[in-house]
Formats: sequence, structure tokens, C-alpha cells
Amino acid sequence: MRDVAVVAFAQSHHMRREQRRNEVEMLMPVLHQVKTEVGLDQSQIDFTCSGSTDYLAGAAFSFVMTLDGVGASPPISESHVEMDGAWAFYEAWVKIQTGVADTALVYAYGKASPGSLRDVLSRQLDPYYVAPLWPDSVALAALQARACIEAGVTSVGEMAGIAARSRRAAADNPFAQLQGSDDPDVLLKEPEIAAPLRRHDCPPIGDGAAAMILAAGDRARELVDRPAWIRGIDHRIEAHGLGVRDLASSPSTRLAGEHAGIGDGPIDVAELHAPFSHQEVLLRDALGLGDDVALNPSGGPLAANPIMAAGLIRIGEAASRIRLGEAQRAVAHATSGPCLQQNLVCVLEGDT
Amino acid sequence: MSGSSPLALPEGLRDLEPVRSIRAPARLVYTFTAGEATSRFLRGIASKKILGERCPVCGKVMLPPRGSCPTDGVPTSEQVELADRGIVTTFCVVNVKFSGSAMELPYVCASVLPDGADMGLFGLVQEVPFDQIRMGMRVEAVWVDDDELQPNLASIKWWRPTGEPDAPYESYREHV
Repeated sequence: MRDVAVVAFAQSHHMRREQRRNEVEMLMPVLHQVKTEVGLDQSQIDFTCSGSTDYLAGAAFSFVMTLDGVGASPPISESHVEMDGAWAFYEAWVKIQTGVADTALVYAYGKASPGSLRDVLSRQLDPYYVAPLWPDSVALAALQARACIEAGVTSVGEMAGIAARSRRAAADNPFAQLQGSDDPDVLLKEPEIAAPLRRHDCPPIGDGAAAMILAAGDRARELVDRPAWIRGIDHRIEAHGLGVRDLASSPSTRLAGEHAGIGDGPIDVAELHAPFSHQEVLLRDALGLGDDVALNPSGGPLAANPIMAAGLIRIGEAASRIRLGEAQRAVAHATSGPCLQQNLVCVLEGDT
Repeated sequence: MSGSSPLALPEGLRDLEPVRSIRAPARLVYTFTAGEATSRFLRGIASKKILGERCPVCGKVMLPPRGSCPTDGVPTSEQVELADRGIVTTFCVVNVKFSGSAMELPYVCASVLPDGADMGLFGLVQEVPFDQIRMGMRVEAVWVDDDELQPNLASIKWWRPTGEPDAPYESYREHV
């Protein structure tokens, strides 16, 4: 295996509605920021990979419009995944492993505001038995939260605590969409919006973008003082049919965590892509993270959840803690699909 | 599959006609965000101006501007007012009626390169028999009446020949 590291990361200031700029205008500043940070222009980047979905823009091949922000001439080696940017990150890592690339640009963006996200997300469901019923994403998460509470995995009190802790942590994150929180006992007095979920249990809907640069071995050491090395990465998927899954556990996360080597050493920081509060408990347990691990110090997806970018942002946030020397070993997690259907786990380390 | 036992349905379902298809209508409504550059362009159209934007790196004038130069990946910001006349760089003769279209067949849809632009606009070519339209033909915009101007390309009803000599192929070969 080649040593591959995150050497630069940037994200936008996530907001509920970006009505001034279109997708490429929203994305370009983060693309320019990561390239400037390590002094690379597009001709020095061997591979470019992005994650986004046409269903947000309501337009076919919408990612081609944002490729206009990359500077793809002379022609570049490029790929796109109709998934969160964390999976574009995975593809870039594989590309570098094959030896045909030493550097890669990964980016992701999600502009949810043009449509109704809760309905748009229903289009990813089983097209025969589930999607025609138009169950929205919050309702499905509520089904999972109910299953978790009944299985004794979590409680509404613990969930409110996670929401409050996350949004308070986000006070230090200038890119977060929501910052600060009432105390959990105050939150619990609010009405349920999809029982047992209250507003605080749900992620904000927002528009945002993120970009990252990866580099292999000595190239990474040339570019930055303290690369965040990818020590393990794996992703696993569960069945598409919600009815055949045990929603009160996350076996795909457990498997991905094991294969990524989480247990090979202590973890300082975990950035978990748990858009709904109860999902943090599922992920924490599946990854075997103890009380000594700082969970989502950025505020996590409860503070900003630009869809298709929020998973890549988890990797970027974890890498940034290492790059800044605040952590030695970190885990980043990304999810895709309803109720944590698909999960990616990445273990990052700094040089000792 | 030969050799496998047939699926055993409950008694009450055995004589029913199998479901061969379902209808699952889907409709999602979107509010399109034009963005800063395209908004500048569309406001120009509403006042009968075609405003391209120049790339600060390669100097090419994008039309309609979408906010970036696709070659260099940088924002365009310098607005350039273009002539509402130009060259038919390529075209097609439409012989198929699309639903909702009132156009009489056949008609011509063309890419028109306004003078000073480095990208063409799509539009109709009218006021000339369809079989006389050709690459290199000089055309001008026919705008809707002033009180019907809108911030969209329907404000240009169509393009029509100016009668000027055809442009030489070399002058638009990069835009075909």
C-alpha cells in the first residue's frame, strides 16, 4: 500500500439558502483555496474526482456545469460519483494506490435549497414498494430512532444531549450553519415533529461545498509539514429494503471500522456523519468509541449538513485536527442512503 | 427455471391476474438559482442587451456567462456588451413536432455566434426558407416588442438574415 495523505481542505460557509450564487459560483472559492494552500495548479493535479447528485439541481449531468470551476483544459483525468464526496475521496485514494496518480483533487457540493430535500431524498428508495409512498427522510429517521429507543440503544434524553453538545461545539466552527443550543431539558419541552424526533434531533438543511487535496508519500511531505495520513479506509453497505434491516444497529459501520483498523490504536477524535442525533449512538457503538474520544468537535452534521458534501467534510475536519497537531489519530465516518444504509470509515494519523 | 418448484401462493391469491406493471407518478418542483453571472446576463436581455463575460486568463468571452471560464476554472467578471448580430456556426433542420410547440415544420434551430463572443447562443432562424440557411450566414436578432421583454431568451423571437456576405469558415471554425 502507498502512503496517502490529506494535505489541504476547505469548506464553504454553509447556509440555509444560497440564492445569490449558482453551484459553480459556490464551489469555486473552495477549489481555489485548496490549490492555493499547497501551491498547486490544475496541471499539477493528477486526478480529480467529485461527488454530487443531479436530484438536488433537478438537472441531468449537473456536475458537468461545476466542472467548469476546475480548469479542465488541457484535458484532465476526471471522475464523478453520484454519492457523497467521501466516496469520491475513496476513488481518489484507490487511483493513487494504482500508481497512476500522486496527487488528487476531491470536491463535493450540495445545493439543497432549489427543491424540497425531504421529498427529493425519497427518490433513492425502493422504486416499487417504498418510493411510491413518498416517505420523507425525517419520517424514516424517526422510524429508526423509535427502533433504537425500543431496543434500549438510546433515549430521547441522550439524543437531546447529543444535539446540545454538537451545536455548542459548533460555536468554534465558523463554517457551521447552526451554533449554540439550549440545555437538553429545555429542548425536550419542544413538540415532536416526527415522533420521537424533535427539531433539535434533525440536521439543518443547507447549501455548501468542500474541497480537498490528497498526495502520496514524499509528494505529501513536500507540500505540507504535517500530512494527515490515511491509515485505513473501507466502506460497506446494507440492504436497500428497510424492512430487512435491523435499524437499531449498524453492522456495515462495524465491519468498515474493523477493516479500516480503528482498533489498532487509540483514537483522539471522531468526526461522525450522523445527521440525526440517535445515529451518533449507533455509530459510536459500532465503532467501539469510548468516552475518551472527542466526538464531532466541529459540531458535526447537526450543525451543518450540506448533503453530498457533509461526509467529505467529516474527513476534512478529522484531517484538519491532525494537521494542526490537535490530534494524533482520528476516525472519520461518512454515510449515504436512508437510515445509515451505507457507511465509510477512514482512519487518519499524523507523523509521530 | 426447470427443476425448481413453483412459488406457492396463498389460496386466495392463486386465481388473480398477476401484476405486470405499476404506475408511480413522481413530481418534484425546483426553484432555479441562476447565479450572479447569469443574472447579470438575463437582466441585460430584459433591456435588449447581450452581455457576455470575459475570462481574465484566456480573454475569451463566455455566453451565456455561468460564472466561470470552463477552460481556466476562474470567475469571469468583466462584462462585454455584444452585438445582437452574428454568424450561424451550425444548425439543424427540425422535422419532428414536439409537444406544445406551435412551430410550423420544418424549422431551423441554430447556434449563433454574436460578434465579439467566443460562445454561441441557441435560437431559431426565421424569415428565410429553411433550405437557404447555411453555416456562415450573417443574422441579426429579432426582439419581442419592448413591453414583452423578459429576463429570458424568449425575448429574442428569432434570428433573421442581414443580407451581408457570409463569414469565411476560418472566422468561426473554433465554434463549430
